[in-house]
Amino acid sequence: MKFTVSWLREHLDTDASLDAILDGLTRIGLEVEGVENPAARLTGFRVARVLTAERHPQADKLQVLSVDAGDGPLQVVCGAPNARAGLVGVFGMPGAVVPANGMELRVAAIRGVESNGMMCSTRELELGEDHDGIIELPADAPVGTTFADYAGLDDPVIDVAITPNRQDCMGVRGIARDLAAAGLGTLRPLEAVLGDLPQITPQGAGPDVATHDPEGCPAFFAQTVAGVTNGPSPDWLQRRLTAVGQKPISALVDITNYVMLGLGRPLHVYDRAKLQGGLVARHATAGEQVLALNGKTYTLDGGETVIADDAAVHDIGGIMGGEHSGVSETTTDVLIECAYFTPETIARTGQKLALTSDARQRFERGVDPAFLDEGLAIATRLVLALCGGTPSEVTRAGEPPADPRLVAYNPNLSETLGGLAVAPERQQEILERLGFVVDLEWNVVVPSWRRDVDGPADLVEEVIRIEGIDKVPSTPLPRPAGVARPTATPEQKLERRLRRSAAARGLNEAITWSFIAEDAAASFGGGAWTLANPISEDMKVMRPSLLPGLLSAANRNLKRGATGVRLFEIGRRYLADGERLTLGVVLAGEQRSRGWQAGKAAPFDAFDAKAEALALLEAAGAPVANLQVMDGAGDAYHPGQSATLRLGPKTVLAAFGTLHPRLAKAFDLSGSVVAVELFLDALPGKRGTGFMRPAYAPPALQAVTRDFAFLVPATVSGDALVRAVRGADKAAIVDARLFDVFTGAGVEEGSKSLAVEVTLQPGEKSFTDAEIKGVADKVVAAAAKLGASLRG
Amino acid sequence: MTPDLEQLRADLLAAIDAAAGLDALDAVRVHALGKQGAVTGLLKTLGGMTPEQRQVEGPRIHALRESVTEAIATRKAGLEQAALDARLASETLDMTLPVDRTAPGSVHPVSQVMDELAEIFADLGFAVATGPEIEDDWHNFTALNIPETHPARAMHDTFYLAGEHERPMVLRTHTSPVQIRTMLSQKPPIRIIAPGRVYRSDSDATHTPMFHQIEGLVIDKGITLAHLKWTLETFLKAFFEREDIVLRLRPSYFPFTEPSAEVDIGYTMQKGKRVVGGSEGWMEVLGSGMVHPKVIAACGLDPDEYQGFAFGTGVDRLAMLKYGMDDLRAFFDGDLRWLKHYGFSALDVPTLSGGVGA
Repeated sequence: MKFTVSWLREHLDTDASLDAILDGLTRIGLEVEGVENPAARLTGFRVARVLTAERHPQADKLQVLSVDAGDGPLQVVCGAPNARAGLVGVFGMPGAVVPANGMELRVAAIRGVESNGMMCSTRELELGEDHDGIIELPADAPVGTTFADYAGLDDPVIDVAITPNRQDCMGVRGIARDLAAAGLGTLRPLEAVLGDLPQITPQGAGPDVATHDPEGCPAFFAQTVAGVTNGPSPDWLQRRLTAVGQKPISALVDITNYVMLGLGRPLHVYDRAKLQGGLVARHATAGEQVLALNGKTYTLDGGETVIADDAAVHDIGGIMGGEHSGVSETTTDVLIECAYFTPETIARTGQKLALTSDARQRFERGVDPAFLDEGLAIATRLVLALCGGTPSEVTRAGEPPADPRLVAYNPNLSETLGGLAVAPERQQEILERLGFVVDLEWNVVVPSWRRDVDGPADLVEEVIRIEGIDKVPSTPLPRPAGVARPTATPEQKLERRLRRSAAARGLNEAITWSFIAEDAAASFGGGAWTLANPISEDMKVMRPSLLPGLLSAANRNLKRGATGVRLFEIGRRYLADGERLTLGVVLAGEQRSRGWQAGKAAPFDAFDAKAEALALLEAAGAPVANLQVMDGAGDAYHPGQSATLRLGPKTVLAAFGTLHPRLAKAFDLSGSVVAVELFLDALPGKRGTGFMRPAYAPPALQAVTRDFAFLVPATVSGDALVRAVRGADKAAIVDARLFDVFTGAGVEEGSKSLAVEVTLQPGEKSFTDAEIKGVADKVVAAAAKLGASLRG
Repeated sequence: MTPDLEQLRADLLAAIDAAAGLDALDAVRVHALGKQGAVTGLLKTLGGMTPEQRQVEGPRIHALRESVTEAIATRKAGLEQAALDARLASETLDMTLPVDRTAPGSVHPVSQVMDELAEIFADLGFAVATGPEIEDDWHNFTALNIPETHPARAMHDTFYLAGEHERPMVLRTHTSPVQIRTMLSQKPPIRIIAPGRVYRSDSDATHTPMFHQIEGLVIDKGITLAHLKWTLETFLKAFFEREDIVLRLRPSYFPFTEPSAEVDIGYTMQKGKRVVGGSEGWMEVLGSGMVHPKVIAACGLDPDEYQGFAFGTGVDRLAMLKYGMDDLRAFFDGDLRWLKHYGFSALDVPTLSGGVGA
C-alpha cells in the first residue's frame, strides 16, 4: 500500500519527521518496504521566467533566451516552438540531471552560442507525455523557487506491507490512526479532513436497488447524481493518484479510487444511461458472462454474487465492475454503489476467477461495515464538488453486519502472554486511541473496522505492538537440571550415520526435487501422486524413487566435464501408502581414472554398486552377513547385472546394479551407470539392549585355513556354494570366502571353477590331521549337493 | 711367537681383507677354520704336545683362531652392508609420482545446518519431530486457523495434488502442520523442532518451488513472548557463534499465532557482503509468535491452561547467511563442483564442545 506524506498529514496532525514516521510504521507492524521522494529527482530545476527571446544566429529552429531563474539573467539556447519572452517555465540549472535520460546539464556552446542550462518539457521531467514544447506555468508562479516545491512534488511516497489481517490500514486514514495511537500525532476528525466539500441536499427518491443475496451482499446502499460533467480530475487529485501508482482516468473513477485509497472504502459508479431498470445484488446463474473493466470476459459458474440490472450483469460484486456500464466522458447521470460484500464469498469468487483487484483485496479482508453511509456521502460530495450535478436520496437495501464484538480482557495478559508488564491505565489508553471502548470491568468493545480482533490474545498484540515489542525482555526457558538429554529419534540417528558414512566413502550428497517428470517416474513403477498445478511438466509427479533426480544430476555433471560422478541423496520416496525414507546412490563415468600404476581408466560396474550397498547397510547396522542376494532388481536395472539384498525372502533392504540401458539412454547417459537404493524403512529396528556387550575372549589357538577348488555348473551362484561350504560344519568352520572364479581353458563348457578359502577355528585343542580331513570331507560332500566336484 | 704362526695370521688376515665377496670370504673361512683348515690343523696339534708345550702354544693358537674368526665376521658384515646398499640403490623410485586418491565425499549444506540446529536445540531441550510432506488441507491450513477463504491461503502459492481424496491434499507449504500433529499426539510440556522440505509454487533466484524450513514449538504453562525472544536470541547466537547478534522483532501477522512477530537479524557490510552481526541493516530471518488459542483448542488442549510459542525459518536461508552462498537454485542442482566447495566433510559432525559451525 502506497501513500504520500502529504496525504497522511491530511489525516494525521504531527510534527514527526519522515524518519520518525518510517520508524514508527515498521515498529507497529506496518512494515516499510520503500520510500521515495519524487523531488529528489528534480534537484536543480527551478521556476524561471523568459526575459527575452532572440533568433539563434546560426540556426533557424533555435532561439537564444535570456532566462531569470532567481539569480539574474542567464543565456540559454532553446529549440521549443513555444519559447517566448514572458513565459514562465521550468529551468534546469547546470549540474541538474534530466530524469528522462539521466543526462547531467552543463554549460556548453550550442552552434557557437553558450547555453547555461535547459528549459524543460513535461516529458523530460517525466511528469507527463507532452514534448511539443516547454512547460508553461501560470505567470504568477514565483520565479526562483524550486520547481518540486512549487509543484507540490516534494512529497515522499511511502510503501508499506499490509498484513492480511489489517484491512483498516488499506486506507491512509487507518494508517494515520495507528500512528496516532503510537504517539506520532493526533488523528484529525474526518469532517476536518473533508474540509469544504459541498453538503448534500437530496432531491428525489433514491435509485431502485435491492439485494437478493443477503449472504454474499448483505447491504447495498446507493445514491444517484444527475447532470454531472465527467472530465479529467483536478491536478491535485491526479498528482496524488499518480504518486501512489494509480492511473488517473476521469473525475468519477478517480473519486472512487481516492475514497478507496484514502479511507479503505471501495465503491463503484455506474452510468445510469447504460442500465435498464433497477440494480440487484443476486447470485449469478451458470453461464452468465460479464466483460469486466480489465477487458476480459468472465463466464460465471453460478452462485457468485453479482450486481445486475434487468438485462445483464454489470459488476462482479466487490471485485470488478463491468465495461458496459462504466462511466465515460459522456456520462451525465451516475449511480454510486456502496455495498458490503461478505469476505468469504469474495475470496471464493476471486479464487475461482483468478481475478485480483484493489476492491477484492479490501472486501475479502473485510471492510468497515459501519462506514457505508459515510463512505457513500463522501463519494457523493466529491462528485458534487468535482463534477457538479444533483444528488438523490440514498437507498439502503439490506443491513450490514454491525454487531459490536465484546472481548472480556484481563490486563495481566500483557505480561503473562505478551511477556511485557504494561500498566492497566496505559493499556486502556492504547486501546482507546485505536478506537476500542474499555469499561470498568475490562469489557472491551472492538471498533467496527477491526474485524481481525476477536479475543484477548488479539488485544495483547495491540498493547504490545503499540507499547513497543522491543521492550519485551528476554526470559530464559526453564532448563532441567543436568546435562542435556539425547533427543534424536532412531530414524534421525540412522539418517545421520548413513549420510556421514556415504560422505566418508567418497560420495557427494545432493538434494534433488521431490517432483519429477511423469515419464521419468514411469520407469520406477509410476508416481502415486500427481500435482494438479505443477510449475512445469518436469516437476509434476512426486518421485517414487530417488534415482531419476540423481540420474539427471549425474547427466548435468558429465555434461559439465566431470569424469567420475558419485552422488547420493537421502530423502523420501512418495508411495500411495506413505512417504518412505530412502537412500539413493548413482555412480557414473569413471570409477578410476587412467593412471601410471593401473593403466587404463575403469568404468563403474555392478560390483561397485554392491560394495556401496553392503558398506552402507553395514553402517546402518543391518545384519550384512545374513542377507540374501536375489537376482534382478526391477525394471530400472540391467536384468542380468542387478540384485536385491534381502533379509528373509520378503524384506528387501536394498537394490543395486547396472542401470538398464534403456533408462541410461532416457537420461542421456552414456557409458556404464550403476545405482543403489537403500530402503531405510525396511531396516529392522535396533533392539535396545543397553550399553553392555556380550562377554568375549579371543580364542587361544590360531585358526587354520584350507583352500578348495570346485568345478560347478555355471548356473550355480557363488553365494550358494559359499553358503553350502560354510554350513558343512557349523562348529569348526567360522568363515568361507570365495577368492577365485575361472572359466576357460581346462574348464569344460557349462562349468566354472570356484575356489573357496575355508577358515577353521580350533577350540580347546588343536585340530588333528584326521579332524581336518573329516571337515574337508564334509565340505566336499556339501558342495557335491550343488553338483560341485573337487577340481583334480 | 714362532714366525710361521705370525706368518699364517698375516696371510689369513690379508686373504680376509682381500675377499671381494661373501663366497670368497667363505672360501677363506674354509681354508682357515674348515675341517681341513690351517688353523684347525694347528688346533689338532695341541693333542700331541707336552703339557708345557701346550701351556705355551695353546693360547697362541686359540688367539690366532679368535682373531681370524673375528676378522671374518667383521668382513662379512661389511660385505653384507655393501650388498644391501647396492640393492637399495637399485630400488630407488620416483616418490613424486602421484598416488591414486579417492576424492573425499561431502555432506550437503542443508543437511549440515539441520544437524547444527538439532544440536543447538537438543541443548535447549527440544526434540526433533517430523511429519508428512503430502498433507491434507486440514493440517496445513484449517487447524492452523487458515480457513478456506482466508487471504493467507492465497499467499501460500499452494501445490495441490490431483485426484479424489478424503480431504484436499497439498504439498505442505510450511512445517507448521507438524505443530498440529505434535500437539495432537503428545501431552504438554512440548518442546520440538521440525525440520523438512516444504513447497510453494514460486521460482526465481531467491525462491525455489521446494525448500527447507525448520519449525519450533513450545507448549507449556506460563510460556510468554519473552521466552520466545530469549529462545531466538540464544539459538541465533549459538548458530552463528557470535555474541554481537542483534534481533529486531516487528509486529506482524500469521493466522496461527497471536501476537505475531517477524524477526530481523542485524548485519554489517564487510567487503560488499552482508555479514550477520551488528545493526547497520536488517534482514528478515524468522516468523514467530504465541500459538493462537484457536490452534491450541483445535488440537484438543485447553488454551486457558496451556500456551506457548512457535517460530519458523528457512534452513536454506540460514545456510546462505552463515556460509555465504548467494543463489538458492544451486542448492538443488547437484553440481559436484558446488557440492565440493560448499559441502562439508563427513567428520564435520556438529558438536557443542567443538562448536556447531564448520
